[in-house]
Amino acid sequence: MSLLALDHVTVRFKPKGKPEVTALDDVSLRVAHDTFAVIVGPSGCGKSTLLRLVAGLETPTSGSMALDGQPIAGPSADRGMVFQSYTLFPWLSVRENVMFGPKLKGLPKAECEDIADDLIRAVGLSGFERSFPKELSGGMRQRVALARALANDPRILLMDEPFGALDSQTRQLMQELLLEVWQARRKTVLFITHDIDEAIFLGDAVHVMTARPGRIKRSLSIDIPRPRDLDALTSPDFMRYKREVLHLMHDEAVLAATPRREAIRLAS
Amino acid sequence: MSTRSLFAPKVDIPRGAALALGAGSVGVLLGFWCLLTYGGFTPPDFLAAPDKVLAAGVKRIGDLSLFRHIGSSLTVILSGFLLASIPAVPLGILMGSFRAVQAAIEPITGFMRYIPVSALIPLLILWIGIGIEQKIMVIFLGTFFQQLILISDVSARVSKDLIDCAYTLGASRRQVVQRILFPACMPGVMDTLRVTMGWAWTYLVVAELVAADSGLGYMILNAMRGLFTDVILLGVFTIGVLGLITDFLFKLLRQRLLSWSADL
Repeated sequence: MSLLALDHVTVRFKPKGKPEVTALDDVSLRVAHDTFAVIVGPSGCGKSTLLRLVAGLETPTSGSMALDGQPIAGPSADRGMVFQSYTLFPWLSVRENVMFGPKLKGLPKAECEDIADDLIRAVGLSGFERSFPKELSGGMRQRVALARALANDPRILLMDEPFGALDSQTRQLMQELLLEVWQARRKTVLFITHDIDEAIFLGDAVHVMTARPGRIKRSLSIDIPRPRDLDALTSPDFMRYKREVLHLMHDEAVLAATPRREAIRLAS
Repeated sequence: MSTRSLFAPKVDIPRGAALALGAGSVGVLLGFWCLLTYGGFTPPDFLAAPDKVLAAGVKRIGDLSLFRHIGSSLTVILSGFLLASIPAVPLGILMGSFRAVQAAIEPITGFMRYIPVSALIPLLILWIGIGIEQKIMVIFLGTFFQQLILISDVSARVSKDLIDCAYTLGASRRQVVQRILFPACMPGVMDTLRVTMGWAWTYLVVAELVAADSGLGYMILNAMRGLFTDVILLGVFTIGVLGLITDFLFKLLRQRLLSWSADL
């Protein structure tokens, strides 16, 4: 059985003084245990909304969502999330940030510190335990955010374009680091991005979303052997997947960029 | 054209140049003052000369009366300021982040912020008399509503992602308010306190308008009756210097307590 199951999830909302928007339209999705699922789509396709639904930060207009058979209602520590924006708590040191979740659970301080230091080492930031977020670069902040989300040992790790604000070299390093950590700890991950290379490099499964209203257009299973390294990025298999996703995404980008009436004419 | 010039916008200038410019403008003002007074352009009961102001200061420092005035003014200002800040900080934070609190309080603050404090003095005298309570109340009214509005703005600007993130880490609503919202507001709160402390000083003379027998505002008002411009200017300078000192203390406090904050 899948760990995460979304069935016929629809989200509609009405901005003040504007017509109703359908952000997600009848989305069904399965994410298997210990796999890395990636959702890729053009901006504004509702992929972030989808992740926020799973996190429990928003509620669907209709449809059902379950984690391990349990319906999802509200946020919880078993669904950790890494945001695109820098969300480290600036008044807490790196170690205190990572300890935040375990401390809320009421674990003894020594144990919280052990968990934190272990994860700080895993993301390669040993020596920065006492630093404050303002002293860290963007890439380092996202490493801490990853460690902080993992400190709760969540059943699923949700990542909302976590490397979107980083420069491309740092982004590549972070992807490799993420795979390394994921390989070592085996977590179920649901990762959102608009970067096709990132999606294929990271994912076991890549779900391509359509432009608003957001639907899942096609789901691909990525059979590139792990551990994946830089060379995977230029392998023939990778290129084949990239070509396929590129075409799927291009159609969507054209639709998204076309005025509404024109889009209807093209579609018919 | 160079963009690294003294006259290019938003470009740092050498520290020496900054000091020289600051000293220059103060110097010009002092020079003008000297010219008017020692040059005989203005009579002493219109504008006292610098040495007369200095002498008035030395005399009042000698008989300690200046310190007595400072003491009673500080008591009024600090009491009023604390009385306002203690409820305004939590209330303002809640107001900025909870629509219900905002809806309940905003009509009152929106109205009160435009009322000149001096307009309320007759009512204050009627209700609480002419003692120190009335003076403290003037400072309170002058700062409380402004603090509420400014702090609620600080609170409204706290990133929603920070709060959502805490939820996904297992925090309850109560924990989010205590452990995220309040600490996240602290730098902005500190800035607001610093700014409103400055405003509190500007209400001092209004506060000591009625039935005071000591205080810097009283000293100034009293000197006005005899056209003792040296004493008036002494009072003005003392208030200015005390204002600068409190401002500096707030800056220091923020650097010490909130060193984690990025925008110092």
